[in-house]
Amino acid sequence: MTALDKIEVKEGVDQDTVDAVTALSGNYKYGWETEIEMDYAPKGVNPDIVRLISSKNEEPEWMTEWRLQAFTRWEKMNEPTWAMVSYPPIDFQDIYYYARPKSMAVKPKSLDDVDPKLLATYAKLGIPLKEQAILAGVEGAEDMPAEGRKVAVDAVFDSVSVGTTFQAELKKAGVIFCSISEAIRDHPELVKKYLGSVVPQSDNYYATLNSAVFSDGSFVYIPPGVRCPMELSTYFRINAENTGQFERTLIIADKGSYVSYLEGCTAPKRDVAQLHAAVVEIIIEEDAEVKYSTVQNWYPGDENGKGGIYNFVTKRADCRGDRAKVMWTQVETGSAVTWKYPSCILRGDDSQGEFYSIAIANNMQQADTGTKMVHLGKNTKSRIVSKGISAGKAQNTYRGLVSMHPKAKNSRNYTQCDSLLIGDQCGAHTVPYIEVKNNSSRVEHEATTSKVDDDQLFYCRSRGMDEEEAVALVVNGFCKEVLQALPMEFAMEAQALVAISLEGSVG
Amino acid sequence: MLEINNLHAELETDADVTILKGLTLSIKPGEVHAIMGPNGSGKSTLSYVLSGKDGYSVTAGSAMLEGVDLLEMEPEERAAAGLFLAFQYPVEIPGVGNMTFLRTAVNAQRKARGEEELSAGDFLKEVRAKAKDLQIDADMLKRPVNVGFSGGEKKRNEILQMAMLEPKMCILDETDSGLDVDAMKLVADGVNALRSENRSFLVITHYQRLLDHIKPDFVHILADGKIIKSGGPELALEVENNGYADILAGAA
Ligand SMILES: Nc1ncnc2c1ncn2[C@@H]1O[C@H](COP(=O)(O)OP(=O)(O)OP(=O)(O)O)[C@@H](O)[C@H]1O
Ligand SMILES: [Mg+2]
Repeated sequence: MTALDKIEVKEGVDQDTVDAVTALSGNYKYGWETEIEMDYAPKGVNPDIVRLISSKNEEPEWMTEWRLQAFTRWEKMNEPTWAMVSYPPIDFQDIYYYARPKSMAVKPKSLDDVDPKLLATYAKLGIPLKEQAILAGVEGAEDMPAEGRKVAVDAVFDSVSVGTTFQAELKKAGVIFCSISEAIRDHPELVKKYLGSVVPQSDNYYATLNSAVFSDGSFVYIPPGVRCPMELSTYFRINAENTGQFERTLIIADKGSYVSYLEGCTAPKRDVAQLHAAVVEIIIEEDAEVKYSTVQNWYPGDENGKGGIYNFVTKRADCRGDRAKVMWTQVETGSAVTWKYPSCILRGDDSQGEFYSIAIANNMQQADTGTKMVHLGKNTKSRIVSKGISAGKAQNTYRGLVSMHPKAKNSRNYTQCDSLLIGDQCGAHTVPYIEVKNNSSRVEHEATTSKVDDDQLFYCRSRGMDEEEAVALVVNGFCKEVLQALPMEFAMEAQALVAISLEGSVG
Repeated sequence: MLEINNLHAELETDADVTILKGLTLSIKPGEVHAIMGPNGSGKSTLSYVLSGKDGYSVTAGSAMLEGVDLLEMEPEERAAAGLFLAFQYPVEIPGVGNMTFLRTAVNAQRKARGEEELSAGDFLKEVRAKAKDLQIDADMLKRPVNVGFSGGEKKRNEILQMAMLEPKMCILDETDSGLDVDAMKLVADGVNALRSENRSFLVITHYQRLLDHIKPDFVHILADGKIIKSGGPELALEVENNGYADILAGAA
């Protein structure tokens, strides 16, 4: 049985989640804010701010230098304009680059010492910061593999990591899971070796800015031959106003190791747009495998396009060793603007990259998202399944590159790119770039665009579902292949999110 | 149960095309009525107008379900009020498991009626029992709704939905077409099992053989948007033997 069929059998869960969620007023469930005293760095960005962030994180000299170098580069760069998104110019000097809860000035020794207000925030978000098996009492939970029951969480609040759970248990397995600021202090040799090795400092405008000002994020190291004993996750919460979140995630899967990593994110409802520019780097050595799943649910702005998060993210995985495997799964429902292309460098022979994506854009949201599959090694394989859903006046673009280099003999790519339109004021666009520089590789691309079918909706309604329920059901069906790629808890959350994100899209 | 009076309906997009032209029909609780009639006479249109499909405008007449005006309601409200249509052409919904679909439907109706949702366990038990009666196997319950189902499987699946939703007024639009002899028997048994004094059926069919299994109380002939003749089960036999020519001529 596949993951999703399990959900169908132990249905109580998804339906309850959907109902609990729909019962809440407004369609963005996480729009509340935490009232908490914050320390800010002065607005704007310059070498002093970069040094300040570095010193707040108690970083060694080499790190400060690295940041300053990035800043010098960034100053000479221009914002990219090729994406199919439009938004008012961002004043990069009118943003706070560092915001830390006052109570975090002295790093808490353990989660017990963390400000209760912060703990309450995560509790309200439904993120377990207690070290307990989740999903207890759910029918069918006993069918789940043991490692699926525990999820270690690194909780990032504005600019800092509040705490990381299960660290001791993970350490026993040799796994390092901590905030990146801790890693820079405690594991400088690993950070020095890998930071910027997948996404170079000067990769693109936002990645360069991130390299200069990133404040926190997560760090993962899985030693050779280790199968990480539980899923790891980072939960990003933007709370402070006028503040950008610049997090940096570095994941290293050493030879023959395995890890499944989840990322979630939310932010309060605000009239003014906020910037989020993250960088995620993943290194996968020989025979190692990484699954990276995201449910991106940043505040999307209101139905008139006011407020929301501008999400400019660079995510890239480097399959450095032979037979390395990476799988990106993303559910993008939030943000006013999404600019995001989780990519795979298939350097090792026989390495594999997969990208499964659901991107939902409703109201005035704009999403320009996709992936790059860069085949460098022999017999490399990649698979892209993208499901774009547009509703309201939203614009949704799939942008994907598949590149077969001369040495990538006998490599394969399969791309399937489906767009679904709800209503007639939205748009779906598919922009594939294909480069094949050897004659033994094969690239297949299939694309479809369809409208939500009236007959399907009527069929559902004639059985008693209201129109929104019917749309959510049909859309969930449309996304099924991608939902199936998600770990189970995430799949359920994502199904519910699909319903919520499409509220108000019909009728 | 169902009172249809002088119902007129035309195409929403083309007012020149009037399909139902003054249709009157009264179905009492517990009764089974059959409608027969030539292709294109408006049988499916009647079922769609009753269940609230877009695309038709009712220009005159009424349709009441237990005294409540059906035509004022949204399709899902009609369903919650107890109306069910087994489609002539059941619709495929890719990616949506048959079981998920059924459960969503059952619970949506329960919610609309202010009843408690069926627990996952109770639902499963019920579905499995009812599926078994219709010889619908576990695999078909898991597969996406109607996708890749054979014609006969689709029809049996409609009857499964009906059995699960327990409607008061069931309309079956050519549920027998495409069924082999054994499947016809299964479907008829399914319908007969649901027959009760407070549930009524409107069975649209072209063939007498279904009516051998589901004995109707009344048979009506629909032609050109109107009922032109009504009678007992013998009327179906007459159609079977002689076709519509005599009846049409008699009505003209
Ligand atoms: N949406 C539509 N657009 C155009 N014509 C329509 C539409 N719906 C129904 N009609 C026409 O109305 C008439 C009645 O159609 P309907 O499907 O109700 O017939 P029927 O009695 O069910 O026929 P059959 O026995 O073949 O199923 C037909 O001539 C059909 O072409
Ligand atoms: Mg018909």
